[in-house]
Amino acid sequence: MTASRLSHLDWLESEAIHIIREAAGERTNLALLFSGGKDSATVLHLARKAFWPEKLPFPLLHVDTGHNFPEVLEFRDAEARRHGEKLIVRQVEDSIVRGTVKLPRPDASRNAAQSVTLLEAIEEFSFDALIGGARRDEEKARAKERIFSHRDEFGAWNPKSQRPELWSLYNARINAGEHMRVFPISNWTERDVWAYIAREGIALPTIYFAHKRDVVRREGLLMPVTALTPPRTGETAERLSVRFRTVGDITGTCPVESEADTVEEIVAETEIAELSERGATRMDDRVNEAAMERRKREGYF
Amino acid sequence: MNALDLQAETTSDAGVLRFITAGSVDDGKSTLIGRLLFDAKGLLRDQVAALSKSRGAKSAQDSELDLALVTDGLESEREQGITIDVAYRYFATPRRTFVIADAPGHEQYTRNMVTAASNAEVAVILIDASRIAGKGLKAQTRRHATIAKLMGLKIIVAINKMDLTGWSRAVYDEIRDGFARVARTLGIEDPIYVPIAAVHGDNVTRPSPHTPWYEGPPLLEILEAIDATRRNDGVVRFPVQRVLRMADGVRAYAGRLESGVVRAGDEVLAMPSGQQAVVQSIRTFDGALKSAIAGQSISIVLDRDLDLGRGDTLTSLEARAAKGLVADLCWLDEQPWEKGRRYLLKQGTRTTQALIDGIVFVREMTELSEVGEAAGLKLNDVASVRIKMRDPVLADLYGERPATGAFVLIDPVSNQTAAAGMIREAA
Repeated sequence: MTASRLSHLDWLESEAIHIIREAAGERTNLALLFSGGKDSATVLHLARKAFWPEKLPFPLLHVDTGHNFPEVLEFRDAEARRHGEKLIVRQVEDSIVRGTVKLPRPDASRNAAQSVTLLEAIEEFSFDALIGGARRDEEKARAKERIFSHRDEFGAWNPKSQRPELWSLYNARINAGEHMRVFPISNWTERDVWAYIAREGIALPTIYFAHKRDVVRREGLLMPVTALTPPRTGETAERLSVRFRTVGDITGTCPVESEADTVEEIVAETEIAELSERGATRMDDRVNEAAMERRKREGYF
Repeated sequence: MNALDLQAETTSDAGVLRFITAGSVDDGKSTLIGRLLFDAKGLLRDQVAALSKSRGAKSAQDSELDLALVTDGLESEREQGITIDVAYRYFATPRRTFVIADAPGHEQYTRNMVTAASNAEVAVILIDASRIAGKGLKAQTRRHATIAKLMGLKIIVAINKMDLTGWSRAVYDEIRDGFARVARTLGIEDPIYVPIAAVHGDNVTRPSPHTPWYEGPPLLEILEAIDATRRNDGVVRFPVQRVLRMADGVRAYAGRLESGVVRAGDEVLAMPSGQQAVVQSIRTFDGALKSAIAGQSISIVLDRDLDLGRGDTLTSLEARAAKGLVADLCWLDEQPWEKGRRYLLKQGTRTTQALIDGIVFVREMTELSEVGEAAGLKLNDVASVRIKMRDPVLADLYGERPATGAFVLIDPVSNQTAAAGMIREAA
C-alpha cells in the first residue's frame, strides 16, 4: 500500500529538486548563491539531494559586503569544505577599490552595492544562471517573481514584462550576455524553511539561535552593537538574549528578542510571530515600499 | 524517508490547494485575497500596517484597510491601481495549506493569468454583481472561464459586491444563470456559486447574515473541502532530467515522477525509442525506496544499459509517441504567430522543433463561438491547432495526463514563451 499524496514539505522538497535539476539541464554555466544564511543553506541541502551521490555540477558563489557577521562567514567556509564544494567569494571592497561602487558615506549600507559586485562576478565567470534562495513570501516584489527569472545584459529584472511560466515547463533560453536567476524555494514560507531545517537537521550559523548580545533600540528595531554600528548619541546599549531571523549586511540586519536556542523552539516561535521576517529585521526595506523592487531591477537577488 | 514514513506523514496533512482568483478588472480579486489572508490570520502586524498607510489616490476616501494592496506588489501596479502580474500568497487553516495566485484582470495581461492557472487546481472567478445586472457577463469573464476550463481547473464563481445590490437574490440568480449558460457552452462541469462581499467578509470566511436564501458554506469552507487531487491511475510518466553515476558505478536516471506509481521490478518503456527495461531500484539521497508516487523526485536504476538521457521519458507499457498533434493553444506572445515559422516545443524535459500546420478554430470571446478559417493567432487568442514536430513526442492527452499532455512553444529568435499548449488528440 502506497500513500497517494505527498505531504506539504515533501511536495516542496521535490519541486525544489526538480527546479535545480532543470536549471542544470537547461543552462551550462551556473553558480549557487551561498551566503551561509538559512535560505541558502536550505538550497545547498536541496542541491546536494538533486545531484547525489555526485558533487554539485556548479560552484557556490558569495558576494561579501565586508560587513558580514564573522560567525556566518566561518560557517560558509566550513560548509563548503565539509561537502567538498568549490566556493567563489567576491568582495564589494574590491569593487570600491576599482571605483565601480561609490558609497555615499564610508559607513553606508553596502546591501545595494552587492548588485554591482555580483554582476561583475557574473561577467568574470560568464555565469548564465544563478540559483538563489529568495522566497515569494518574503516581500511583495518577490511575490511577483517567476521561478526562472530572466535578466537582461545589464542584469536588470523587468517586472512589467516577465515571461509566462507554464506548468513546470521552464524556459531558460537566453541571448549572449543575459542570464537567468532560478529560485527553487519560491513557494516556501519562513515556517516551511524552519520546519524543513528541523526535519533534515540542516546546520546553521550560531547567530540564528538565542545568544546574549549588546543591542540598542532604534526605530522599533534592535540594532546590534558592533564596530560598524556603534551606539548613536543618546542611545544606550543593553545586553539581551536575541536571535537573528535573517542574516545579511551587519548595518541593516537586526535580531529579535528570543530565548529560542533550538530549531524546535524557533519553529514554535515562528508559528506565533506577529511580524514578518523582513519587517522585524531589515532596515533596508524600510526606505520605502518599493525598496526591494528597485534593488532587484538593478540586479539584486 | 521511506514509503512507510511517507504514508504516516500524509495522514495528518490534507495537502496543499493551489487556486487562482480570476475575473475582470475591478471585480475585487485582490480585495478578496486580502480578506482571506486577513481573516485567516495570514497577515502579520507590519503587513497590516502597510495596508493602512500606503498609497493615496484610490483609497483616500476609504479609511479602512485597503485589502487590495496585499497583492499589488509592483510600483507601477500601485501607481495605476491595477494588477499586472501574478502575486503568490501563502496561508494555512487548521484543515489545509493554500497557495493563492492573484491573476490580473486586464486583457493585455491575460498571459499572466494563464501562468497562474497552469499551476493551480481551482479557479475562483469573481463577478461584480453591482455592475453586471441586466447586462450579461463581461468578455474577460468569459475568457477566464474558457482558459480555466481548457487547463482543467475546477471552477468556483464568487458573485461579489452583493452588498451594493442590496443583497438581491434576483441579481444573484440572474448572474448564476448567465454563467451556467457559459458553462454549458464550454463544457464546464458543476461550477460552484457563492454570493459574497469581499470587502466586508460576507460568505468569505464566515456565513453572511444578509443571505438567508443561500444555503451553501462560505468560500473558505468550500476551498477547504474541495477535492482537487487527481486520481492516480498508476500509469507511469517519468521525464529524465539528468543521468547520475551512483556510488556502485551504475547509471541512474534522475527526474520527477509526473504521474503514476513506480516500483522496483516494474517493466517500463524508454520513450520515444520504445526500448523496454525493468526498474531495478529507486534511489534517493535519503535511501532506496520500494516504490515512489507522482510528485516525488527520485533516481531510477534500470536492469540494462539503454542509450537514455535528458529528454527521454520512462513510461508504463501503454505509452505511444506521435509526430503530429491537435492541441488547444493560448497565444501569449505580443509577436503574432507567423505561418510557416518553426517554434521550439517543450514537453516534459524534451525540446524539439514544431510547426503549426493549420488552425482548426479560434475561440471568439463574446458568443464563445468557434471561428474556423482564421488566418492568424495573436496575443491572448485561444485556438485549436494542428501541430507537427520534427521528433516524436508523447501522445498524452491533457485531460488524462496533464503533466505530459501539456507543452509550451518558444520563439527561438526572441526566446519568448509564445504559447501554452494542451494536447487533445494525436494525429
